[in-house]
Amino acid sequence: MDGPEDLTQLDPRYKSMMRLVAGLFAIALLVAATIAEIAIPGWTGVVWAPVTLVAAYLVLYLPMRRYATRGYSIAEERLRVVRGVLFHTDTIVPFGRVQHIDVDQGPLERGFGLATLTVHTAGSHNSSVSLPGLSHSDALAMRDGIRAAIRRDTL
Amino acid sequence: MTTREPEARRTDPKGFVVRAVTMLAQLVIPLGVAAVTIFDDGGASAKIAWAMPFVILLILANLVIAYLQWTRLTYTVGDTDIRVESGVLARAARSVPYERIQDISLEQKLLPRLFGLVEVKFETGAGGKDDLSLTYLSEAEGERLRELVRERREGPAATLATDTAPDAGQRPAEAEVLFAMGPKRVLTFGLFEFSLVVVAVIGGLAQQLDFLLPFDLWDFDEWEQRLAGPGQYLSGLGPLAQFAGLLFALLTLAFVGVATGLVRTALREWNFRLERTAKGLRRRRGLLTRTDLVMPLHRVQALRLDTGFLRRHFGWHGLKIISLASDSGGANHDAVPFGRMEEIHPVVRTTGFSLPPEGTQWDRALKSYRTDKALLAALYLVPATIVAALLANNWLWIAPLAGLLFLLAEQYWRWKHDYRALGERQLYSRHGWFSPSLAIASRVKLQSVEIAQGPLAQMRGYASLHLGLAGGKLRVHGMPLSEARRWRDALAESMAGSDFSVLLEKKGAPAL
Repeated sequence: MDGPEDLTQLDPRYKSMMRLVAGLFAIALLVAATIAEIAIPGWTGVVWAPVTLVAAYLVLYLPMRRYATRGYSIAEERLRVVRGVLFHTDTIVPFGRVQHIDVDQGPLERGFGLATLTVHTAGSHNSSVSLPGLSHSDALAMRDGIRAAIRRDTL
Repeated sequence: MTTREPEARRTDPKGFVVRAVTMLAQLVIPLGVAAVTIFDDGGASAKIAWAMPFVILLILANLVIAYLQWTRLTYTVGDTDIRVESGVLARAARSVPYERIQDISLEQKLLPRLFGLVEVKFETGAGGKDDLSLTYLSEAEGERLRELVRERREGPAATLATDTAPDAGQRPAEAEVLFAMGPKRVLTFGLFEFSLVVVAVIGGLAQQLDFLLPFDLWDFDEWEQRLAGPGQYLSGLGPLAQFAGLLFALLTLAFVGVATGLVRTALREWNFRLERTAKGLRRRRGLLTRTDLVMPLHRVQALRLDTGFLRRHFGWHGLKIISLASDSGGANHDAVPFGRMEEIHPVVRTTGFSLPPEGTQWDRALKSYRTDKALLAALYLVPATIVAALLANNWLWIAPLAGLLFLLAEQYWRWKHDYRALGERQLYSRHGWFSPSLAIASRVKLQSVEIAQGPLAQMRGYASLHLGLAGGKLRVHGMPLSEARRWRDALAESMAGSDFSVLLEKKGAPAL
């Protein structure tokens, strides 16, 4: 059950959403760079060039990497959430330990039809594990699946 | 008492007296301080006479409010829940179903104790803040409530306990004493509780408030003068007298430190008793404030065995219980605060846990993890050392260098004395050399497992294991990635075996 190969990828729209967020940030960055460039006499490009590179990294490369490192699986009655480019974490929560489940949608997520699934356990560390970037219907289905598993266990 | 009709009851009327007295004490002290500061300049008596009616009015108003609050605070022991209604102007009603009550603890502070009253706290596991508490019922009533809630939790079909056994504190002879501390043990414990912090605080206070002392603690010339009386010859010795003064000051501080430790420990631990009852471990302790707590056995999540730098050489150890309710108010669940290993063994056995067996294979963190940690720690101090060496004269660079060496040594010691082991039913994490501690967690009772890797860890191939534990945290650092994966799979396997609610509801022995 190990290794990244048997992980389910997140919804591809999540990549677009991360791009959009990064894009908004990049625009702000570029505006600031333009102002600095205007302030500096002559079109030297000393600010523009590096900022454009950073923006390209943020918008084009990073969402791809982040998307590629993320994944989940709900096999064997346990939720596994893998995430993180620099700080990599790989979390497992057995369904039997889930106390309650949230499905959240922020404004952007709603626009893309995505949702974040969060499961809460009784632990005092790592007590909530969240999984963003699911399509809304998937998130609801997963919630119902986990809920059914819990009910089956307790009955 | 009727069995079906729940009736609203008031708290014990003596509780009103206790409240009034506490309130008066709270009121009188600030007033006294205010009086001293305001009426410092002469003609005080006239001003006091002028202010007196207001003070009396204030006290009366407070008494009336306290009385009204007492009359409006009622509790109802229903068939399925306990309801408390309170408030004079704004009414609040809170109901707690029996199934949600995790624990009931009785607490007696000095004053209520004189009146035979207890504060009953219902722990609901809601994080401690919103727990329900009834201030000041009679001891018998508190005991009755506790028994009642326990029986309710046991079986919802059981009728209300009809025998309102009024013998407070007297329980059936089923209780088996697991651990108790007599006065001698408590005092020995107190000797080890010497607190440097207290000494520092008192030293600081002595400096701050030296105007309160009849002499100046740090003025060695004056010490010379002082000693000049009985120890005339000392003053002739000059520097030696100063040394004597310093010694005396230090000895005073040390004495105060020891005395504080003794008093604090005696207040907290006096007549410590840990018993095994049908409902779990019952702990009573305290000299002035007597607390009475029951830890249900099936809710014990993990154990922590620790000791101190000095006491470990005398063979003293302590056992703490990490349970679901222990997050409320940081009340640590000391099961054996100060005992010999052979006294701790039976307690550990009772909780269903076991100490690591002889043949346990202990592993250290990876060497690469140690190296990286040491390098990171050194990162700050190396530049400081270099800069200090280049810029400052006067051997100033010794200080950062010493700090650096200390850090490196500390990292090494830590690494050398941190061990982990995975047993069949438990996992162990041993930590520290100065004051070693050992955490024992049940594999079944974990909530989640996480493998975490920072950028360095990814490069160097090690990982940390973060374990979700109710009521505490447990992390194992510097494992090889493959082993972290193996642990995780094994733990997830053990966890999947049982549902959390099964673990909670299991009566008696935990699922181990």
